Amino acid sequence: MDEAILQFEHFGFQYNAQSEPTLYDINLSVRRGERVLIAGPSGCGKSTLAHCINGLIPFSYRGEMSGSLRIAGRETREESIFEISRHVGTVLQDPDGQFIGLTVAEDVAFALENDCVQEPALHERVARAASLVGLEEHLSHAPNELSGGQRQRVSLAGVLVNKLDVLLFDEPLANLDPAAGKAAIELIEQLQAETGAAVILIEHRLEDVLHRDVDRIVLMGGGRILADAAPDELLSGSWLRENGIREPLYLTALRYAGVEIRPEMAPRSIRTLRLGEEEKARVRDWFAAAPPPPARQPRPVLLEAKALRFSYAGRQEALKGVSVRAGQGELLAIVGRNGAGKSTFSKLVCGFETQQSGSILFHGKDMAALSIKERADRIGYVMQNPNQMISKVMIFDEVALGLRTRGVREEEVRRRVEETLKICGLWPFRNWPVSALSFGQKKRVTIASILVLEPEMILLDEPTAGQDYRHYTEIMEFLVALQRRGVTVAMITHDMHLMLEYAERAVVFSRGRVIADADCAEVLTDPEIIEQASLKETSLYALAQLCGVADGRAFVRRFIDYERREQRP
Amino acid sequence: MTNLFNYIDRPSPIHRLTGATKLVCVLLWSFAAMLTYDTRLLGLLVVLSLALFRLSQIRLADVRFMLGFTAVFMLLNNLLVFLFAPQHGVSLYGTKHLLFSLGGGYDLTREQLFYHLNLFLKYLASIPVVLLFVCTTNPSEFAASLNRIGVKYTIAYAVALALRYIPDIQREYHEISQAQQARGIEMSRKESLGKRLRSASAILIPLILSSMDRIEVISNAMELRCFGKNKKRSWYMARPFTGWDYAAMAGSLALLLAALLLNFLNGSRFWNPFV
Repeated sequence: MDEAILQFEHFGFQYNAQSEPTLYDINLSVRRGERVLIAGPSGCGKSTLAHCINGLIPFSYRGEMSGSLRIAGRETREESIFEISRHVGTVLQDPDGQFIGLTVAEDVAFALENDCVQEPALHERVARAASLVGLEEHLSHAPNELSGGQRQRVSLAGVLVNKLDVLLFDEPLANLDPAAGKAAIELIEQLQAETGAAVILIEHRLEDVLHRDVDRIVLMGGGRILADAAPDELLSGSWLRENGIREPLYLTALRYAGVEIRPEMAPRSIRTLRLGEEEKARVRDWFAAAPPPPARQPRPVLLEAKALRFSYAGRQEALKGVSVRAGQGELLAIVGRNGAGKSTFSKLVCGFETQQSGSILFHGKDMAALSIKERADRIGYVMQNPNQMISKVMIFDEVALGLRTRGVREEEVRRRVEETLKICGLWPFRNWPVSALSFGQKKRVTIASILVLEPEMILLDEPTAGQDYRHYTEIMEFLVALQRRGVTVAMITHDMHLMLEYAERAVVFSRGRVIADADCAEVLTDPEIIEQASLKETSLYALAQLCGVADGRAFVRRFIDYERREQRP
Repeated sequence: MTNLFNYIDRPSPIHRLTGATKLVCVLLWSFAAMLTYDTRLLGLLVVLSLALFRLSQIRLADVRFMLGFTAVFMLLNNLLVFLFAPQHGVSLYGTKHLLFSLGGGYDLTREQLFYHLNLFLKYLASIPVVLLFVCTTNPSEFAASLNRIGVKYTIAYAVALALRYIPDIQREYHEISQAQQARGIEMSRKESLGKRLRSASAILIPLILSSMDRIEVISNAMELRCFGKNKKRSWYMARPFTGWDYAAMAGSLALLLAALLLNFLNGSRFWNPFV
């Protein structure tokens, strides 16, 4: 079918609260059954574009529209959000926040209930939608009994109860671990084939989306469409790097090896990638040219957890004898699927909970007798969502909070806060209200508010969640700078790029135990650990195999060393 | 997770009644128990409510906490009535049968004891029924029930959403409070009241802000799935009424009517055995 189901023509939009338009002159058409990926950095207008497609604009968010947007041939501004939602089904970013019902079945039924669908059709259609996404066994489950991936499938089923023309996904991978993200992309492809709907994916994690083919990639920046091309075309140019999108890792490696990427090589995925003999040889040469790996000096132990056991009242044991060491000035990743015990471990370290047996030593001294506050002077804890920590209106006061509660003299407070603001790159904003900052900047405020207490170690929960590539890089470079000043940094994360590029070591949790404690190249190439920790094999490993490099693990290590040495001197 | 509803799934005739029926019954029943001080009717209500409790297969151990809570409340209530109005029974029933005097105007009379017996029976007649409602109504069915007895579905759904989010918000409160304690916010009794109030704001403000985010997401999600499109909606968890539902409602109505009738026959809410 060649008919355009969705058609933007010279479309623009400006929010009422803003002085500049967010979208300029958008021309885009999507045909039935097409799969389109819309990518772009934060603030490029891709979320606004999504809101225009599903009708939240102009019906929930007010503003000025120009040009034309037609869905199924009808101008959207003349419809209602309910009319639009008969054509467009939206799966939002946060699988938890959009779970409306008390159980899976009720949530899936929600749209049908609002349409007054009566029994027995109601139960039948819910059962059918649930089986499409493989949740027929979970109908009576509550949201907290499901994993993140399952919750997302519930919202997917919730839109699949109706026959739709367009399925719109707003950052579907943002809250999923790598294995769940991979499964989600596979499911989306399968559903697209079964329903024949057009699929529009808004996502900046290109490599993960391209696990399955898409027809086109639309690249956005500054409220405009910068490129609209087949994946092979787009990945060949320098479009992505110039516009703040991370290119797939295997392409980065090829570039390092001096291989020029051309559309004929089918670079859209590591599965399709074709390399000539000469190009393979180049990669092998690059690998062979590796200087000896940098000698690791053994670091003195800062934190040592020994045989920790813990269970929440009346539940299964959450930690079954966990031992972890962190060296002084080390950058460490703590990984594992949800419920593996990572959060429980950090709660014990911070003193929020007390272990039933085992001990935690800091500089060799047992911390058992220390209060939460006293531990916080040594180990700072940064929560995932900065909005959960910020309680002051002004940035300065927020950062000063911990010092003031400790009764530090005001001039001392001023000196230390100002110094911290400078380190964190927040000095220009010192007199701003917190509400004026972006999400990434808020995150930095929360890190600053911990850092000001001068802890020797900080523990961060998903430091880069919800960040685009530029903000991700900013935050991580900032953490590396801290590390170089001697602060020990431990991060709980699902992000494999983060592990590969920044962490020196990964501690892998699974079912309340530590199943691996090794360098990241080893973790990300070991199929068993990958499976148990819900990770994904890195595409670098597949690239090594493709080029005939026998030792894939050494190849990944070479990549990591090269990045650290050459790209980040 | 703690929840307003303490739903315990057991196979019993009480569980099989629809949520709407149970809501109507518990309202009628508590009206009746509130209205009457007629010991004979109260006695009947107590016997019936205990029988229903038995029938529901809910065990005492399941509701121990709530029972303890109401027992304390009941004792406190009785004690306060006696302390502040030791002669209330005398003025109600118009006679005075002195048992013995405690001094200071505190004369223990049979009328007063009888009044306390009635208070006690009122508790015993209504608490088990309320507990039954809480323990045998699936929270999912609650919104549908409210809607069925005439509450607008938008309001009924707001209640359901609150039930959905209470555990989440409790957990979030806990997490925020721990992280803020780590920054030195002291919430213990060691601090002065003023300081503790200021500390509470350090937890409440982030909680409110993140709840606002949550509200935006959920209201978008609901709108995108057509909430508010029609004047009515259907309910996945709603069940059709059966004969038992009608019988239960009729029975409860009969009890309320009995209370009203006795009110009329006795000439007041009280049944007076002393004259």
